[in-house]
Amino acid sequence: MVLRPVGRINNDTSAAFQTRLSASVAAAGTAVLVDFSGVEYISSAGLRALMVASKQSKAAQGRLAVTSLTPVVKEIFDISRFSYVVQVFETPAEALAALG
Amino acid sequence: MLLRFWGTRGSLPAPLNDRAVRSKIRDALLAARGRLLDDSQAIDRFVHELPVSVGGTYGGDSSCVEIVGGDTYTICDLGSGAREFGNGVVAKHGPGKPQRFNVFLSHLHWDHIMGFPFFTPAYIPGNVIRIHGCHKVMREAFERQQSDPCFPVDFRALGATIEFVELEPGRTVEIDGLQVRPFLQNHAGDSYGYRFSKAGKSVVYSTDCEHKFEVLSELYPFVGFFGGADVLIFDAMYSLADQISMKEDWGHSSNITAVELAQLADVKHLVLYHHEPVYDDKMLETILAETRRYAEILRPQQQLTITSAYDGLEIAV
Repeated sequence: MVLRPVGRINNDTSAAFQTRLSASVAAAGTAVLVDFSGVEYISSAGLRALMVASKQSKAAQGRLAVTSLTPVVKEIFDISRFSYVVQVFETPAEALAALG
Repeated sequence: MLLRFWGTRGSLPAPLNDRAVRSKIRDALLAARGRLLDDSQAIDRFVHELPVSVGGTYGGDSSCVEIVGGDTYTICDLGSGAREFGNGVVAKHGPGKPQRFNVFLSHLHWDHIMGFPFFTPAYIPGNVIRIHGCHKVMREAFERQQSDPCFPVDFRALGATIEFVELEPGRTVEIDGLQVRPFLQNHAGDSYGYRFSKAGKSVVYSTDCEHKFEVLSELYPFVGFFGGADVLIFDAMYSLADQISMKEDWGHSSNITAVELAQLADVKHLVLYHHEPVYDDKMLETILAETRRYAEILRPQQQLTITSAYDGLEIAV
């Protein structure tokens, strides 16, 4: 399953992001890819939503990865060290190949 | 007011080792290549230009910050940095002239009180040390720390007059020329932050606090506690990823959280504090640069000065 959020994931939008993510990773064994090519910015609230989904995914024996980070979002992933706790792929093709 | 940082490391003192010093010398020599350093003035200028990670160090003492501006000596926490602070006071006045100290404790974990057995003014009769906090067991913690077999000098043998003053969270009190307002924080066994105000200026000391908001808004109580502060001293021990994954519920926050809160609260100067003892000077310098960059990404128009605290840092408020 591929999710394509757009715009800014911040305090106003992180709850909706969380809801979509959690619903997507809930099914057992699901592989979920979040394509960030349309995301301009992600705040700590958005990153928390991603972390919650990552834990839910692991609990359901699923997989969660992200791809196509825009330059600013990539910087935020690096600054927050999220690159170490969530799988990051350069392109959707690489991600889909790895996720199977 | 003036702030002097005597100890800025979190959890455990972290002194420099031989390898770290050699690495700094090597980096300084590399930076000196091609420079004309043929007199002491040129060398002084060169050393001054070096980044902290090469020409200095963030230091290794645990929490202790002095606030100059009240009628007496005022310090936050009695981590290992209190040893050098105390020795400085004795050196300045001599042991024969009694001094008065107001201490404000964030909490009673060891790294925040471990300097007291080595706080020379506590051994000198005539000195008065008033230890303020919101925990009911302050005296017990200090007595236990200096009891057999952990320490050879019993707390009751100290020469100074030592008093414990319990404060009420949320209630502002005036203590020797400073207005002080404590507030409750999220940490194992609770911790307390303090907002100090004088003559229209304010400093917030907020260490050992894990911020767990899901969505950050003006309704989050800390936005009010920090609101408009001239200086915010903030526990930014972890990365955000660490804070909300492996180290969740360990009681500390991150640089990302620091920036978001400081900007929302319209803080003027954010000071990253309570450094992870595992981080070396280069890592702390990297984190400082990244934190400034995050502030620029989040709100490029908002003026927020960001400093990483180091032992010996002074900030005029």
